[in-house]
Amino acid sequence: MAEREKMLEVDHIRVEFGKKRHPFVAVDDVSFAIYKGETFGLVGESGSGKTTIGRAIIRANPLAAGEIRLDGQRISGRLTPAEDRQVTRDVQMIFQDPMDSLNERAKVGYIVAEGLYAPGRHYTEEQRREMVNKALSDVGLLPEFASRFPHEFSGGQRQRIGIARALILDPKFIVADEPISALDVSIRAQVLNLLARLQKERGLTYLFIAHDLSVVRFICDRIAVIHKGRIVELAESEQLFAHPLHPYTKALLSAIPQPDPIAERNKKLLVYDPACHHYEVDKPQWTEVEPGHFILANAPELDVYRRELQR
Amino acid sequence: MDQQQVLLSVQDLNFKFTLRGQVLHALRGISLDVYKGESLAIVGESGSGKSVFVKCLMGLNDANGCVESGKILYDGKDLAQFKSDAEWRALRGHRIAMVLQDPMTSLNPLKTIGWQIREAVELHQNLHGDAAKKAVYEILAEVGISDPQRRYNQYPHEFSGGMRQRVVIAIAMACKPEILICDEPTTALDVTIQAQILGLIKEMQKKYDLTTIYITHDLGVVANVADRIAVMYAGDIVEVGRCEEVFYDPRHPYTWALLSSLPQLGVKGEPLYSIEGTPPNLFHEVRGDAFAPRNPHALKMDFVKRPPMFTVTATHAARTWLLDPRAPKIDPPEHIRALREKGRQLGLTKGEECANG
Ligand SMILES: Nc1ncnc2c1ncn2[C@@H]1O[C@H](COP(=O)(O)OP(=O)(O)OP(=O)(O)O)[C@@H](O)[C@H]1O
Ligand SMILES: Nc1ncnc2c1ncn2[C@@H]1O[C@H](COP(=O)(O)OP(=O)(O)OP(=O)(O)O)[C@@H](O)[C@H]1O
Ligand SMILES: [Mg+2]
Ligand SMILES: [Mg+2]
Repeated sequence: MAEREKMLEVDHIRVEFGKKRHPFVAVDDVSFAIYKGETFGLVGESGSGKTTIGRAIIRANPLAAGEIRLDGQRISGRLTPAEDRQVTRDVQMIFQDPMDSLNERAKVGYIVAEGLYAPGRHYTEEQRREMVNKALSDVGLLPEFASRFPHEFSGGQRQRIGIARALILDPKFIVADEPISALDVSIRAQVLNLLARLQKERGLTYLFIAHDLSVVRFICDRIAVIHKGRIVELAESEQLFAHPLHPYTKALLSAIPQPDPIAERNKKLLVYDPACHHYEVDKPQWTEVEPGHFILANAPELDVYRRELQR
Repeated sequence: MDQQQVLLSVQDLNFKFTLRGQVLHALRGISLDVYKGESLAIVGESGSGKSVFVKCLMGLNDANGCVESGKILYDGKDLAQFKSDAEWRALRGHRIAMVLQDPMTSLNPLKTIGWQIREAVELHQNLHGDAAKKAVYEILAEVGISDPQRRYNQYPHEFSGGMRQRVVIAIAMACKPEILICDEPTTALDVTIQAQILGLIKEMQKKYDLTTIYITHDLGVVANVADRIAVMYAGDIVEVGRCEEVFYDPRHPYTWALLSSLPQLGVKGEPLYSIEGTPPNLFHEVRGDAFAPRNPHALKMDFVKRPPMFTVTATHAARTWLLDPRAPKIDPPEHIRALREKGRQLGLTKGEECANG
């Protein structure tokens, strides 16, 4: 693999919630790097810390340990106001729960344009209106919608308002947290095509969090699988789907719903039981089993995985 | 499917929102029967009125909207005539329960998760004190939330998106309703927990002869749970049929387009198929077939007159002029032809010859 430029580095981060003395560790020792122009998928168990990682990147969750870097510059921890502004400009997040993240009392036109009012951005009223119209129609909404309030929309329409709001700011890096979960397959295709086009045109980089693995497989270059706050496997998309190694990854892939009633009826689910690991003495390590394919495993497990790959 | 009992019958339902003087025609004459014990899936365009439709069954739409005409017959009453909240309250939760699309809107941010589930348990299962608490722990474990004791005392914002969704499902199930409506119940769940939750709902369905209505964009989930499928577009049901009929022998061009947009059919690095254009603006009255402007197969007639529901089989119907005996023969897209072939080979669909059969 040629040397690629790293855009975002997540370096041994840990995120805790709750009381200092009895903290709940939501994210534990997570590391990964995302290359420039790449779409990096993060999939895994519900409640495993995906949103928490995304929020840590946009500086909404403080780190208990570790560091996050963008283009080599640290963006976690304390920053100067100028640095902080730069990060806010470069990094945008599309939030998982649109209802939660959209200001209920503002009209959609303002919600989408809000970031354009930030210091350092100078637009005329007319320019802003045009940009909003363009952003709305890019995600399949009508420009007329600008004068309505969020609760007057359907779930998928609200989700697209959140997408328009992030894209209008022309960021370098986007954390897309379940950006398409409420969209029908056709509009989903339209939004995915838009994200891909922007990536080509502007060299955008994405952290793509989603449960729909058929979509993740389609648009992501590499995929990391997370379980209970730890990444258990990471590989190029096709490699991960062709040769999943970790039992949790296997369980996940076996459960993907197929849009075909016959296939669904005959589906065999694999169940993941964490008790299948014996980590009491032999602790698991983050290891590269083959080029670009990482896994969390201890020595005996690695032997098994290596043999599996040779087959 | 033959001698099934109609549990709920919607007849020519029209629903409108008034927004600052303008009228949005959200449901344009929907008719649908729901059978006892069945599992019905509603799919369709985002914004086509799926949520508004099921909220009509529970009187949960925003105050700026109202039923203009039509009937919703259930249990000897016409729900479309309900005026007061008291009438609805007798129904909500007890007879019909619903998992709303946005979990945050149905959870109270100021009350603990445990309190909220317990309220439903006390009200609908008549359990109190320690018994109620124990039931809540059991329910939490059932929906795959570990460490129930700690979780009991947490607030919604301390839960992940998928955990909130499961709490909402838990509350709806604790109500032991006759009809359970799930609006996008599993969008925030990983596929393993999704499978577990869908299994749980199916179990309940058998045990309590529950009728379920699912709304979901995940056609994989639809394939898994649905006995019947209704496809919506622009405030109307454009196709309805048994699961196999809609998957292997779809007749409406919108259904064709939907099944052609699946990411599974995509080629990496190339754009996915998506339907050109945008759905009609429902502030204006729709003329003819609402899908016509985006339909490459549209007939002249489609722009003039709204098609009636044409019968394909006793269980399958679609609202498209293509099914009129006078319509010219039109070949569906390749992918759809392949699906049809598969359905015929497996003997799942008969593929009776009518125009465009
Ligand atoms: N503000 C908070 N206070 C306390 N705990 C929290 C908070 N936010 C998240 N958590 C906990 O952190 C864990 C990870 O949550 P997170 O939202 O990151 O999960 P997720 O992977 O995004 O899940 P999902 O797929 O369900 O959205 C969960 O156990 C959750 O309860
Ligand atoms: N309170 C409201 N006031 C005005 N219009 C509304 C209101 N609620 C919904 N609508 C409109 O009614 C139409 C149907 O909305 P609905 O929520 O039923 O769509 P949906 O099919 O559930 O879509 P999705 O799949 O995106 O959730 C949409 O065009 C929406 O903008
Ligand atoms: Mg999340
Ligand atoms: Mg909806």
